[in-house]
Amino acid sequence: MKSLSEIETTSKRASRAAGFSWGMAEEVGKSVRLLELFGFPGIKNLNQYYKKKDKNNFETIKFIKKKNVSTKFSFCPINLGVNFLDQIRIIEKYKKCSFKGTAYPLLLLPFLCRASEIIGKKLLVKVDGNKLLLNFNLNIFSNFFEKKFPLKAKHIEVIFLDNKDNFNDLDWKNLYNLSEDTFVEERDSLKQGAAGAGLTDND
Amino acid sequence: MNIDLRNPNIIMKLSRLGSFHQSRLSFLRSFLSEFKDWKFKRDLFDLDKKGFGTAVYSLKKKDRIYSLICFANKINDQERSDRVIATKWDAAFTLHDGLPSKQDIKRLKKEVPRQEIGRLSYKELTLSRANKSIRIFKHVVENLSNGTQPNLDLLKKVGYLYRTTAVYGSGKFGLADRFRIKNREEINGPFRLEMMLVYLVRQFTFDQVNHVAKNKNPKKAVKLDPQICKNLGIGNSTGLGMAPFIVNHPTLLNNWILCREKALKKIREIKKIETKDSDLFLNCVKDSIKNITTWNTESDYQLNKIKLLLKDVKKFLNFIKTEFSFKEDYAFNRIYFWLEKETCAECIEYIVSIMMEPYSEIINPLIKEMSSDEDRYFNIPADRTVKELIAILENKYSSILSINFKKRENYKKFWFISKNKEEPRLANRFEEYGSELEQPLAIARDIKRLYEKLLLYEKSLTLDQFLIDNSNLRHVVRRAFIIEKFPYSEIQDNTIGENTIPIDMLRLKLSFFGALKFDPRSDKWLRICMFQGAPLPNDLKNYDEQWVYKSHH
Repeated sequence: MKSLSEIETTSKRASRAAGFSWGMAEEVGKSVRLLELFGFPGIKNLNQYYKKKDKNNFETIKFIKKKNVSTKFSFCPINLGVNFLDQIRIIEKYKKCSFKGTAYPLLLLPFLCRASEIIGKKLLVKVDGNKLLLNFNLNIFSNFFEKKFPLKAKHIEVIFLDNKDNFNDLDWKNLYNLSEDTFVEERDSLKQGAAGAGLTDND
Repeated sequence: MNIDLRNPNIIMKLSRLGSFHQSRLSFLRSFLSEFKDWKFKRDLFDLDKKGFGTAVYSLKKKDRIYSLICFANKINDQERSDRVIATKWDAAFTLHDGLPSKQDIKRLKKEVPRQEIGRLSYKELTLSRANKSIRIFKHVVENLSNGTQPNLDLLKKVGYLYRTTAVYGSGKFGLADRFRIKNREEINGPFRLEMMLVYLVRQFTFDQVNHVAKNKNPKKAVKLDPQICKNLGIGNSTGLGMAPFIVNHPTLLNNWILCREKALKKIREIKKIETKDSDLFLNCVKDSIKNITTWNTESDYQLNKIKLLLKDVKKFLNFIKTEFSFKEDYAFNRIYFWLEKETCAECIEYIVSIMMEPYSEIINPLIKEMSSDEDRYFNIPADRTVKELIAILENKYSSILSINFKKRENYKKFWFISKNKEEPRLANRFEEYGSELEQPLAIARDIKRLYEKLLLYEKSLTLDQFLIDNSNLRHVVRRAFIIEKFPYSEIQDNTIGENTIPIDMLRLKLSFFGALKFDPRSDKWLRICMFQGAPLPNDLKNYDEQWVYKSHH
């Protein structure tokens, strides 16, 4: 079994050898490590992508807009991922954005995960109809499990989810009422003597 | 009184970092302190008459066990090499998490002696190998088997029976990743498991030499005197492999240095020095002179440093005797100012280290701050502006920005990774081929490039836009935001200049390990000694914490 440290170092070096700058290669190393940690085939996808990279011209993207369409070739997932990460404060304002034609979309995922952590919002990502919920770079909830990730995504949609509860008020109220059973009802003597603050706040 | 932390622009210069010495903060000392109440056991000692075979040692507390597994092998003299290109060693070791099963030992017997080309598992924590000092080992066996103790003068010259040539950890060659074990309290300090391995290897070397002597002459042989054992350490040959580490782990480097600086600051801020503390400090300085006078090296560079150190330490003791009183307020602060004015960098850092000896209440909490969660600081805040980044560079890298990288002598060298051994190397870019594959370790040059490029851009531009066209500078943009938070995270010097002395980088790291007697063999590798004078495993419960100054060799 390869350690995550080996996975990160080798991915970084391979990315440099594949033509990326050292700074970009560092990003890829961290991202592939994350994929493998989450149980996704990061090494396999990166390997396949670099094999194809010389033969296929993947498109780079500079400024990410609300709707992004590759023209002749698919987007490079690494260039797209790094720019997504860098521009996340702007992209966040779109509420959602989409990408038509992305090569090896699995490689884009860790960048989106890290972006989710930076802005403190969950991201819902739809890859050709399949869904992934990215939770602040802590985990990925997905119906992709046991399905093969596509080598090319025709359509990716990224939706920024507002921070809101996953439960209703009644659920919360019931649980809170139960938690109150750990509190002590204060009599007057306790009100006078058990609090840390002074009896008057005007002294 | 509030004392400022020392200026990173002075402390982080290579020549100053290359003058650092071990202290109470050093990892081998904090390892001993943490593990002093663990139970030591020799679980297996299956060596043949010549000392070849397998041994297992363990440290145990409650349900936690760490086991050193040793494989001692026969090799020919011509196969023995300390260089990283070697493929065979006198002994190979791994630290196993728990007690190894027979299957584990069988598996590891195939893999551990192969070192870099072997495969370890997540159950193994560190990996190492070592070669005998043949001259010393033979001499000790010869004497013990004849019923006599070895010649102490000869032992003094070397200081160990074995020297390790590499100690690997943190996920190398399949070893456990740090994240698997990072929440264990007993290893909450850098390189603690590496220190454990070396410490247990030291005991193996004593057991092996006794075993070989006994088998050579069962009737007459005696055991190596425990006091002699105590004064022997483990040697280590270290090459450039260590140098990039401190560049590649900026927040970790910061935390090591920052703890040292915080310790010094707090000691200088003590108003009244208690007599017991000043006595302890002075006794350590006096005792430590033996460590200087027995510091053997053939390196003119180091000999000169030792000569200056000895002269200045004696000058310091004379100052204390004739002109100084610990009754003065803020005595250590006055000492520090005197050192800065009157002594060399080697002596300043030497005495600074010894100032920490009386103050475990200051040092012990700092030891827990010496690790780093590096991933937390990896992301670039790309919504910051060009103006802000320029300000960081001007503020934090002022001396680096003054280096003229158009001069050939300032970019003469380049760092690369050898294809043969996957190890870092340094070469002349004008004479050797391969500089197009240069590693990103020329931080000073790249910071300067970044600065010059930034000046061409609109100041209000955000960095996400800047990075689109300047991906080649991304690695140093990241570093600039790290140094903004971590002032000691960067070497404030040129690492590719004609006059760069790489062993300064090694020396820095080794001083934090707790190494003694740095012995440069060139400007690119050196030998050191670890644990010389340290308590033996069975004496750990009540040991003298200042053992490092009381070694008799």
